Amino acid sequence: MTTIRVLLPTLRRSPLLAICAAFVIFVVLLAIVGAQCTGYGYAAISDASLQPPSVTHWFGTDLNGRDLLTRTLYGARMSLLVAALGTFVSLTVGVSYGMVSGYAGGRIDSLMMRVVEILYSLPSLILVIILIATLENPVTLLLRQIGLIIVPPRIVLLVVFLGLTEWLTMARIIRGQVLVLKEQAFVQASEALGQSHFRLLFRHLLPNLSGVILVYLTLTIPAIMIDEAFLSFLGLGVQPPQASWGTLIADGASSINPIRLYWWLLVFPGGLMTLTLLALNFLGDGLRDVLDPRVKK
Amino acid sequence: MSLPTRRSLGRWVPLTFLGGGLLLLLAFFYFFGGWSLSPPVDLTICNGDEPQTLDPAIITGQLEGRLALALYEGLTTRNARGEIIPGMAESWTISPDGLTYTFKIRPDAKWSNGEPLTAYDFLHSWERTLNPETGSQYSYQLYYLANGEAYGTGKLKDFTQVGVKAPDAQTLVVTLTHPTAFFLELTSFQTLCPVYLAGIAKYGNDWMKPGHLISNGPYYLKAWRLNDYILLEANPYYWTKVDFKRIKVLPTANATTCLNLFSSGKVDLILDKNSVPASLVDDLRNEPYFHANPFGGTAFLRFNVTRKPFDDLRVRKALALAINKEDIVRKITRAGEPVADTLVPPGNADYHPPDGLHYNPDEARRLLAEAGYPGGQGFPDVQMLYAKRSTPEQVATEMQALWQKELGITSIHLRGQEWKVYLNTQSLIDFDLCLSAWVGDYNDPQTFLDMFVTNGGNNLTGWSNPTYDKLLDQSETIANPVERMKVLQEMEKILVTEDMPIVPLYYYVGISLYRSDKMAGFEPNFVDDHRWGALTFPEKKKP
Amino acid sequence: MTTLITRRLLLAIPTLFIVVSLTFLLMRLAPGNPFSNERKIPPEILAELEKQYNLNGSVSSQYFRYMGKVVRGDLSISTQYRNRTVNDILAQALPVSMLLGGLAFLLALFAGIPLGAFAAVRHNRAADRVAMLVALLGLSVPSFVLAPLLVMLFAVKWHWLPVAGWGSPDQIILPAICLAIPFAAAIARLTRGSLLDVLKLDFIRTARAKGLPEDAVLYRHALKSAILPLISYCGPALAGILTGSLVIETLFDIPGIGRFFVNSVLNRDPMMSAGVVLVFSAFLLFMNLVSDVLICLLDRRVKIE
Repeated sequence: MTTIRVLLPTLRRSPLLAICAAFVIFVVLLAIVGAQCTGYGYAAISDASLQPPSVTHWFGTDLNGRDLLTRTLYGARMSLLVAALGTFVSLTVGVSYGMVSGYAGGRIDSLMMRVVEILYSLPSLILVIILIATLENPVTLLLRQIGLIIVPPRIVLLVVFLGLTEWLTMARIIRGQVLVLKEQAFVQASEALGQSHFRLLFRHLLPNLSGVILVYLTLTIPAIMIDEAFLSFLGLGVQPPQASWGTLIADGASSINPIRLYWWLLVFPGGLMTLTLLALNFLGDGLRDVLDPRVKK
Repeated sequence: MSLPTRRSLGRWVPLTFLGGGLLLLLAFFYFFGGWSLSPPVDLTICNGDEPQTLDPAIITGQLEGRLALALYEGLTTRNARGEIIPGMAESWTISPDGLTYTFKIRPDAKWSNGEPLTAYDFLHSWERTLNPETGSQYSYQLYYLANGEAYGTGKLKDFTQVGVKAPDAQTLVVTLTHPTAFFLELTSFQTLCPVYLAGIAKYGNDWMKPGHLISNGPYYLKAWRLNDYILLEANPYYWTKVDFKRIKVLPTANATTCLNLFSSGKVDLILDKNSVPASLVDDLRNEPYFHANPFGGTAFLRFNVTRKPFDDLRVRKALALAINKEDIVRKITRAGEPVADTLVPPGNADYHPPDGLHYNPDEARRLLAEAGYPGGQGFPDVQMLYAKRSTPEQVATEMQALWQKELGITSIHLRGQEWKVYLNTQSLIDFDLCLSAWVGDYNDPQTFLDMFVTNGGNNLTGWSNPTYDKLLDQSETIANPVERMKVLQEMEKILVTEDMPIVPLYYYVGISLYRSDKMAGFEPNFVDDHRWGALTFPEKKKP
Repeated sequence: MTTLITRRLLLAIPTLFIVVSLTFLLMRLAPGNPFSNERKIPPEILAELEKQYNLNGSVSSQYFRYMGKVVRGDLSISTQYRNRTVNDILAQALPVSMLLGGLAFLLALFAGIPLGAFAAVRHNRAADRVAMLVALLGLSVPSFVLAPLLVMLFAVKWHWLPVAGWGSPDQIILPAICLAIPFAAAIARLTRGSLLDVLKLDFIRTARAKGLPEDAVLYRHALKSAILPLISYCGPALAGILTGSLVIETLFDIPGIGRFFVNSVLNRDPMMSAGVVLVFSAFLLFMNLVSDVLICLLDRRVKIE
């Protein structure tokens, strides 16, 4: 809760940060309910194919005659969902890895950090491409067997593997913090009291890390969003008729031609995504200045 | 902190360093990165993708075929209209029973290195193609030869027993198993083109690199940089002259990029529908450089008749009747594709297709209710397989929405797969519904209808009908073309109106972009075969 | 230093081994046959093809045969581009990707460092704020949004630059810029941050106190020290440029490795995929080592255990 106590005055002091936070919340709300409020289904085709923006279709329509506003909002839902779940995966892995490494110290720590170092120097997205392309069918089968035919296998793959590519920074930073915290009196005291390692880690260390976690959370979300869009762009994203910002941008990018410019196909999804990323990055930067103890010095 | 006030030499050090590095890098890669001042070319063609191979025996794809037919030539060849004309053979005779073909090779036939080309080259090249060790996926085109199939599948080891002989350097005698109306079309196809075997023996795996590759067609391979370009140069030893002496072939796959290149004048000819963005066809249609050429290909939907609910004819028929094909061709494909109610595309004047089923949503709803799914209720979860390419994806999306709109079925899910994975899934019949297409190898209904014979390698629906099989056997023995076409029509009637393991959707239309003041000699034909050797300068347009 | 290098090199070998094995095995175990096409292949022919490309027998035996070749430096024949060895393809595509990536990297440094220094010198002024907003924007615009927009303006609309392709110097400008922008932005932010840190340090104060001109302080002393975090950023930046090149090469139709890689994965070409993964990983491991060695050499205060 200390985090929030620091946070609110910061937002009050910096209107730009407040605007960014408000924008992010607005986009999240739009993503959750927006697609239902436009009056069109995200997969509903119509004869109004490739219409420019108008009163009836604010963002215009695509080749199948689907309302682009609805699809952009639906795409926001997919992108944010993948980003949020992926961030959760990376958070869980990164925080526990960093905490264990920093707390254990010594040989275990240096071994665990060596692993991180190696993973850092691997082309992770390249490997993710291979994993998604090859593991799609097994995952589809698995989902079908456990009766989850509705859950798109690509989303599961994206969440898991993107989460697993973006935890390294988090692990490093958490480890650094734990190393510092470990030397502090309250940790030493509870260690002397004979509390279990588990209790110590989660009861005493974790709350003290919440500030750093929040900062890197805000920075991991845009990173995963870009990764997701990148993979979608290469055709490894969600299946149609579903959409994410990446697939919509891919459609838009293929409409740049000298004959007739369907600019709305690129500008709206691309613009909304860029603004969201900008707001998130700005927010992350601002929070880091306030909450990251390493920046404060 | 104050602004820097005095300029110091130090400020320029990093700039000089970076600039120098930049120049060095550029200079280095100017020589090693494939940058060269290539000589001007007469014609630049967007060919759709990078060819996987230039070995005519191995080639299966259309884009590789186009390159191969610029490099090689069979016994026969095609003119711009797609008609069969003499190629390496200047003439031929056919025995009255239609089983023996005797080809006379041109006396002036030569390879691109000037060596004479003989009937032995054909004999040994066909032996190579048919030999299972070559791994030719199209070698079945030589199964029409007597004993061809036995040798091709490794059951017969002695090639001298196969129905092709070269009594002398200028004569090739071919014996077939049964009369094959389209054999002269097959001899114009790349699979039956000769290869320069001495080169293959000499260079092994490297034989198709520029400089090593010796060919006998209108062009020879001058340069080839993967995913960059291929340069073809007129073969000086070819028996006739070509107009365009040097052709540059780009492997650009992205349709928008192709169009952009064409508009900026970097490309003269785009000859693949996939290289023209469908969303722009409406705008392009009225441009003078837009050319539509219908050809013999059909897009259709496969049902897996072994799985519920598609084992029920009423469900298949309901789904078929609910597809508004007009809607698909108008909104998605947009090139003026004719709606297909039968599988065999128009083009063969002797063949009269049966009357297919037409769009009828009311009947569809009635049939679906009769089958136990009124208003789509209780319809099981099924998946529609398609290849992850832009047109199939949009067609699949449209059909899914149409079935929901007309029949109320919400449980049809889309399952797009990458091309190779899609082919694999399709060949295992591991789908409920599958978007497919077929392009004829030659202009005869048989190339479409023999797919659906029981357990046929390309049937892939699980469908089997003894009457259909019997009719196919019957058709192969009939020498009278009119009678034969009647039998084929009866077969198609079973296929598309009675049993319906498939639903024809639309016939293919090829699109090509070129400016008439730049080139001519490009005309629509059934097999969509446009030989680059037949392209001409516009002013001496041939009749 | 020597221990650092030897230890890294020793670690690199098992890492590469694992990565290549994973790629090859996944590609072979996944459904989809590299030889399938629309027409059914007779089983005899398929068996022969699999033999020719060393893809016959059990997956484990294929794997051991493949790895045996890899150890000898032979990356086998591509199944997608028949008759071409992966070595052959890489030899042609690697210089292309390196030219594009190298140019983008230089551009990123060229634009990023001055922008960062400019902002740091004007710390907390309007110019700083604007520069940093620009940098953040550069970091936030995905290259696949930016690239089509730039193509639309510079190539399609104004005809200043070619839309795509490879082979002449003007064709590299747009792709290199698109590839460089996010990294230029990141470098600008890093430079500014570390320069601000350095400017607070004692030796800068001393230099100023000695009456050295501000330029000399900035360029001769401060920037030199501030360059360290940049060098450690080079590793991740190069990784990012490599990945980014997948999209840029596809969008601009450039015959580099990125395009071959995407195609090879989609076309189930195990040899090509594993070969590219090997080359990419080896390159990045090597560049990370180089940047660590550089840091070691440049600053004796930094010790890498």
